[in-house]
Amino acid sequence: MSTVSTAFEKAQAEDRAALVGYLPAGFPDKETAIRAALAMCEAGADVIEVGLPYSDPLMDGPVIADAVYRALKGGTRIADVFDTVTAIADAGTAALVMTYWNPVDKYGPDAFARDLASAGGAGLITPDLTPEEAGPWLAASDHHHLDRVFLVAPSSTPTRIEQITKLCRGFVYAVSLMGITGTKEAVSSVAGGTVARIRQHTDLPVAVGLGVNTRDQAADVAAFADGVIVGSAFVRRLAQAPAPDEGVAAVRALTADLAEGVRRSR
Amino acid sequence: MAAIEQLAKEYEAARTDPEFTAELADLLTNYAARPTLVSEAKRFGAEFCGGARVLLKREDLAHTGSHKINNVLGQVLLTRRMGKTRVIAETGAGQHGVATATACALLGLECAVYMGEEDTRRQALNVSRMRMLGAEVIPVTAGTRTLKDAMNEAFRDWVTTVETTHYCIGSVGGPHPFPMMVRDFQRIIGVEARQQVLHIAGRLPDAVVACVGGGSNAIGVFHAFIPDQAVRLIGCEAGGDGDGRPERTAATLTLGSPGVLHGMRTYLLQDDEGQTLDTHSISAGLDYPGVGPEHAWLKDTGRAEYRSVSDAEAMEGFAALCRTEGIIPALESSHAIAGAMALGRELGPGALILVNLSGRGDKDVATASAYFGV
Repeated sequence: MSTVSTAFEKAQAEDRAALVGYLPAGFPDKETAIRAALAMCEAGADVIEVGLPYSDPLMDGPVIADAVYRALKGGTRIADVFDTVTAIADAGTAALVMTYWNPVDKYGPDAFARDLASAGGAGLITPDLTPEEAGPWLAASDHHHLDRVFLVAPSSTPTRIEQITKLCRGFVYAVSLMGITGTKEAVSSVAGGTVARIRQHTDLPVAVGLGVNTRDQAADVAAFADGVIVGSAFVRRLAQAPAPDEGVAAVRALTADLAEGVRRSR
Repeated sequence: MAAIEQLAKEYEAARTDPEFTAELADLLTNYAARPTLVSEAKRFGAEFCGGARVLLKREDLAHTGSHKINNVLGQVLLTRRMGKTRVIAETGAGQHGVATATACALLGLECAVYMGEEDTRRQALNVSRMRMLGAEVIPVTAGTRTLKDAMNEAFRDWVTTVETTHYCIGSVGGPHPFPMMVRDFQRIIGVEARQQVLHIAGRLPDAVVACVGGGSNAIGVFHAFIPDQAVRLIGCEAGGDGDGRPERTAATLTLGSPGVLHGMRTYLLQDDEGQTLDTHSISAGLDYPGVGPEHAWLKDTGRAEYRSVSDAEAMEGFAALCRTEGIIPALESSHAIAGAMALGRELGPGALILVNLSGRGDKDVATASAYFGV
């Protein structure tokens, strides 16, 4: 049983959705990113997604793209991502790494899985890895007992959803809208439809990401999904803070707000 | 995935539809001015290429001034066929952007072109051309503000607007079916040139030379010659300022390693952790850290050779062709011209070299004037 599954089961037992929070490692610097992630754990996030900063983040809008650009310019390396994961895991919260595929490909999927597992990581979220090309990652994640989260889009066909959900472990990531992170607001009717279509193919928990910024939006999504994923709103708090302490405090406050949202609607 | 699956299906249907192929052929002939000429560059061959006989495939004479129109006409017809009303494109040198804006004007489609801010500055003429043709030019300020970043933004647009919008990729890169489809639309260059060279010289060339950024003009001219084992295929990559570090070049096949970018597995300029490197070339159109996957295959199988040509060598080629032939080549194409000069000196008199002159250099006169101080 993975720690991610445990987190979703705990949320379900409490009759609420799980809160999944995203932050990129190394932004605005390594220590602040770790402190912000730990603040999220303390304030009610059930799972943390640690972003691996990448030079060409195609799924991300300006907020996250700028943050990871700055993290890379600040010298963030994969070892820093693993350190961040370890800090979160040591605090008792499940940590997944969200990464584009090329850094894993270059590192070597098995070596990456081995080092992520020994850092205490629970698995990977892979936005640009297609099922057709996933063979090496399936083998590596099996070998090192890691979760693997693939994304389903509103445009995904039933055949595609079947193919994707069969490979997922931990949860299924439902993208709420056709677009990129941090630019549009989720529309519950679209996201709800995607979640319903996913449930026809799997019993895994389904978490909804993209376009969730506020407690009310979290509550809306929590009404039909098993998890609510929030990223850009957290990153924006860190980016806009005049000093690291204020950024961490803002992240903590938003987490508490969202944690209330995911508990409200049922 | 749904979008590229739809595209693959539509393209498969279109390419075997006589109505589609006839309409494309008509546009290529009566709008884009194909077939383009093959001109013999006698003075250039004698003075700069060791006496080798040099033939130029004149894509610079195609409508809009480069080979890019070949692919764009195919893709805009496909856009209309799919019932979409908006076309987006990325562009480096601006030639693909101009071609896309042109074809959209012709077919009455909305057009937006993403272009790195650095490139909007160094290719300002093409920015004006696109705007006059009715396209929206969107400067991209992310990353190194060049072609790769423009492509990132175009993908982000596409994922948001896919129901109404077709992404018209200009290079032989990106996810399937783009590398195959763009290759198919560009292979007319080599099909024409092979016949033309046989007609002019009575034999196949010893080598075909083309510049390679993403690689569309090179695949276009190479493809028909692939079965001709005796014909060497030589791609000239941007060697940049020549200090030897990969990040000061855009010489992906010469200095890169395999990886995944923009939906394709190919050679990339990347660091030890898979981060894409910044690139440099004096020519905006070659300034890209990846390369079409078919070139990666041609390199790995040994069927094609890839060489690095520095900014300085390319500028020497540019000047040589201007002065001996009265042709101002694009800075991209100047890399192929410089490649032919080196190859001609290696092979000597009696050699027959076909060079793909992929575009004209009007857009580059400001860069060249500054470089030569004229």
